[in-house]
Amino acid sequence: MSLLELNDVKVHFPIKRGVFFDRTVGHVYAVDGISLKVEAGETYGLVGESGCGKTTLGRAVLRLVDITSGEVVLDGTDLASLPDKEMRSMRRRLQMVFQDPLGSLNPRQNIESILSEGMAAHGIGANQEERREKIRAILAKVGLPSNALSRYPHEFSGGQRQRIGIARALVLEPDVIICDEPVSALDVSIQAQVVNLLDELQEELGLTYVVIAHDLAVVRHISDVIGVMYLGSLVEEAPSDSLYAEPKHPYTKALMSAVPIPDPVVEEARERILLTGDLPSPANPPSGCRFHTRCPWAQPKCKEERPQLREVGDGHRVACHFVEDIESGVLQIGTDRAAVVPAARTEDAGIEAAAAKAAEAAEAAEDKAVEEKSASVEATDSEAAETDSTESAKDSTAQGA
Amino acid sequence: MTTSTKAAKIERLAELTAQNETSSGASLWREAFRRLKTSKMAIIGGVVIAAFIVMAVVGPWVAPHSPKALTWKDEVFLNRGEFVGPRGENWFGLDHLGRDMFSRFLVGARQTLLVGVVSMLIGLIIGAVIGVVSGAAATLGGAAGRRVDTVVMRITDIMLALPSLLLAASIAAVMGQSLTTVMIAVGVVQIPIFARLLRGSMLAQGSKDYVLAAKSLGIRKRRIVVTQILPNSLSPVIVQATLSLATAIIEAAALSYLGLGNPDPSVPEWGVMLSQAQRFFDNAPMMAVYPAVGIIITALGFTLLGEAMREALDPKLRG
Amino acid sequence: MALLSVDELSVTFGGVHGRKESTAVDGVSFDVDQGQVVGLVGESGCGKSVTSLALMGLLPGKGVKLGGRADFDGNNLLTMSQRELREMRGKEIAMIFQDPLSSLNPVVPIGVQVTEILQRHRGLKGEPARKEAAHLLDRVGIPDPTRRLKEYPHQLSGGMRQRALIAMAVACAPRLLIADEPTTALDVTIQAQILELLKELVDEEGTALLMITHDLGVVAGLCDQVNVLYAGKVVESADRHELFAHPMHPYAHGLLESIPRLDAPRGEPLKPIRGSINDRIAWADGCAFAPRCDYYTIECLTGTPALTVPAAAGHQVRCVNPVREPVEIATLETPDVTATAHGGTSA
Repeated sequence: MSLLELNDVKVHFPIKRGVFFDRTVGHVYAVDGISLKVEAGETYGLVGESGCGKTTLGRAVLRLVDITSGEVVLDGTDLASLPDKEMRSMRRRLQMVFQDPLGSLNPRQNIESILSEGMAAHGIGANQEERREKIRAILAKVGLPSNALSRYPHEFSGGQRQRIGIARALVLEPDVIICDEPVSALDVSIQAQVVNLLDELQEELGLTYVVIAHDLAVVRHISDVIGVMYLGSLVEEAPSDSLYAEPKHPYTKALMSAVPIPDPVVEEARERILLTGDLPSPANPPSGCRFHTRCPWAQPKCKEERPQLREVGDGHRVACHFVEDIESGVLQIGTDRAAVVPAARTEDAGIEAAAAKAAEAAEAAEDKAVEEKSASVEATDSEAAETDSTESAKDSTAQGA
Repeated sequence: MTTSTKAAKIERLAELTAQNETSSGASLWREAFRRLKTSKMAIIGGVVIAAFIVMAVVGPWVAPHSPKALTWKDEVFLNRGEFVGPRGENWFGLDHLGRDMFSRFLVGARQTLLVGVVSMLIGLIIGAVIGVVSGAAATLGGAAGRRVDTVVMRITDIMLALPSLLLAASIAAVMGQSLTTVMIAVGVVQIPIFARLLRGSMLAQGSKDYVLAAKSLGIRKRRIVVTQILPNSLSPVIVQATLSLATAIIEAAALSYLGLGNPDPSVPEWGVMLSQAQRFFDNAPMMAVYPAVGIIITALGFTLLGEAMREALDPKLRG
Repeated sequence: MALLSVDELSVTFGGVHGRKESTAVDGVSFDVDQGQVVGLVGESGCGKSVTSLALMGLLPGKGVKLGGRADFDGNNLLTMSQRELREMRGKEIAMIFQDPLSSLNPVVPIGVQVTEILQRHRGLKGEPARKEAAHLLDRVGIPDPTRRLKEYPHQLSGGMRQRALIAMAVACAPRLLIADEPTTALDVTIQAQILELLKELVDEEGTALLMITHDLGVVAGLCDQVNVLYAGKVVESADRHELFAHPMHPYAHGLLESIPRLDAPRGEPLKPIRGSINDRIAWADGCAFAPRCDYYTIECLTGTPALTVPAAAGHQVRCVNPVREPVEIATLETPDVTATAHGGTSA
């Protein structure tokens, strides 16, 4: 049995209007029927763009938002139907790490108070001295000095604050930690520290993570299984490696291709699927397949019938009617809906000029450069050529004139 | 690399990075106080307020003459229509009944401070209680809590909608003339302001991630309100309390001026003095100037301190 | 001569109200040519945004000290009067900001905001201005432009707002476009659209683009020349292939090593840079990055290291012990000290 299991979880926020008595005039379908399983000791990554409901889903698991329907089963207990009092004691087993490291720490509490509060609430440690001992051990584990105890959150750097947030979750010895964008508020050079810390802690303590993030590269790095969300529902779920190797759902394909890779060589060889249009409002989701309004492969059926997640081999679950047809090439990408463009800027006049100027490139390359340059100089105004100081540029202007 | 160069390297680095170590364990309150101490506005405001408080406390003992006794009434009646100005014996001159203005000014400060502080406290305490209830209900009380909040806030809205002086005047009219009436009237007017302010501040804090974090830790709601939300919501209320001391003093003066204050006109109070001076403004403008300047400077002192506190407490200005 | 030539630009804040002086930009030099995309890359607080604001003359006059030169087409931007700068901004140089919502006036329709610029710099009024505005929105890929012109910023999505902002920026065909984290606030599929649009502008109009970002992925696909900033100084400058293939400053090297890549196989732990940007020391004391550096030696703490050209032409590094991949060491004349230092610390 899986440690954490979600069965058709729905979270609909009512939209209310009215002066004295609120009237419900509609719903935001933030999470609209999600089923997934998280195995003990593994990391489940949830990705999607803003407004897809991933944060709400994370909060629903902890019951920080009201669950409209469905089950959240932790180790055999359905949390969704648990009375408040029992839920409070269950919270020890299910902790959360937040996106904004500063905002998620009470600015007026010192670190000791922040970390011991949860322990006191759950009766961990007989007295403050015992708790302090434990907190010291956890602080060492997350890489913070023990003199941090008497300090306040604003006295730490972003990365350290996130470590405090992780320590706060750890002191309760939880089974599952939900990490909601754990690194996106941190500087690039700090992100890796926190990602590695999460990895180490998982290995050492046998933790189970649900990592919610928009950064696919981070999610891919730390997750065993990844679920891709779009407009409140799961469109694809697959083991981390095979999701990147073979994205099957049209949305996943577009998403994966849009992520820039920090390597010009890879970028120049890659193509990008550019979707048109914007994310529809979750208050008024499209009929049928939620993605059909932007899908470059959309068919009439997609508008009418909502596809369910189904197994399509090697651990992939995809919610698309036409996965096989797209795979086999029966259905071609619709160019009115999307453009396929190279991921990197092509080596154009600008680059050539810069390269020529910097290195005074070899004679052999010169001819090609001249040709390309003359094309671009015509396109730009004459001033462009004047400012261009290289020999080759002058040549090309002469030719152009 | 030899060990000695390695040691030198570490030492040098430690030396260079040492200055980055901040003093540890400074809470936000302490930092706010540190900023307050360096603010010129706060210093000026603080000095004015301190002088005012000293005057209010020791005034009755150091007053050179009795503030009530009509000591020089003969002089005033002899020179009907002509007032006695400042002189060696009476620094601020005499009023229309031949009382020493300086003594009245000193003694009046105590009444004014009393009115300001008591009415502010009435507003603050009752307002804060309503605000906490409403704010706690709205942030953590679920659907039922939101309903409680809506009802409470509509009531405060109604209170806010009434012109404050009119409300105070009606209370004074119902309860009769007395200093207590003035204090209650001025205090009641402040209640919805404090209630709204604290509730709004709690609502803003209630949606912060650290409250969510406390919830997910399994901390009881009441404790979340007390240890998490409330301490972070107090800054604007503290600022408002300081600022409202200024308005309370002015409003109390206004009510006294309208004749709703202490029915015994012989008890000196700056507002009363101002209202009494009005009749003689053509002949003796100075009679009005002393209490008026007193009120203005004191109100300014509280306003300056309040503004300085706002700046010191505002986390956005934190460097 | 380059279109924009920034030479030893420095920006110092403070010195007023008893606040301590702090140097945000500390002698930054780079060139931007017509049709070229130059990247300024770095983390928060490295001075990249302040650089762009200084170039645009958008820093407050009080409490800010500017140094160095920034020649645009031969005129020093730093010594221009506010009036000349106003004339320059929008017409010759335009800027795109990170947050499209707060950069647009919320109470004025998009159309009015675009036509305002057309009127100011191109003297277009009435119907021709409206037509041109619609054409511009169409140019940046906003569907149904005539209807959109009447809408307010809050009615547009984030991506559409950024497009509208770009439309305003390119309204007068500026020769230089400064983009300060233009895609950071956007989702990745929308980011791809905006990057594509910027790409088109450069390749088709020959606009010079100064791209300010923290995202090395964006840099890899877009920039010709990349300047990596750390604590207000350029620590490495190279063309994109050279930089990504042979990052030589330990900071740039560390950054590339530390970021997870979507196309990298799973399982290997990341190699983070230790410490945080707060741990830096003043440049006057040596290399600001030294406390976080895996390769530093005692020489790193004596005086500010200079920006030198240790390898390929055009590749500049501000480091005493630049990182050289093992393969490189053989081909380049590397002092023995460096090699041992690397061997000793990287283990």
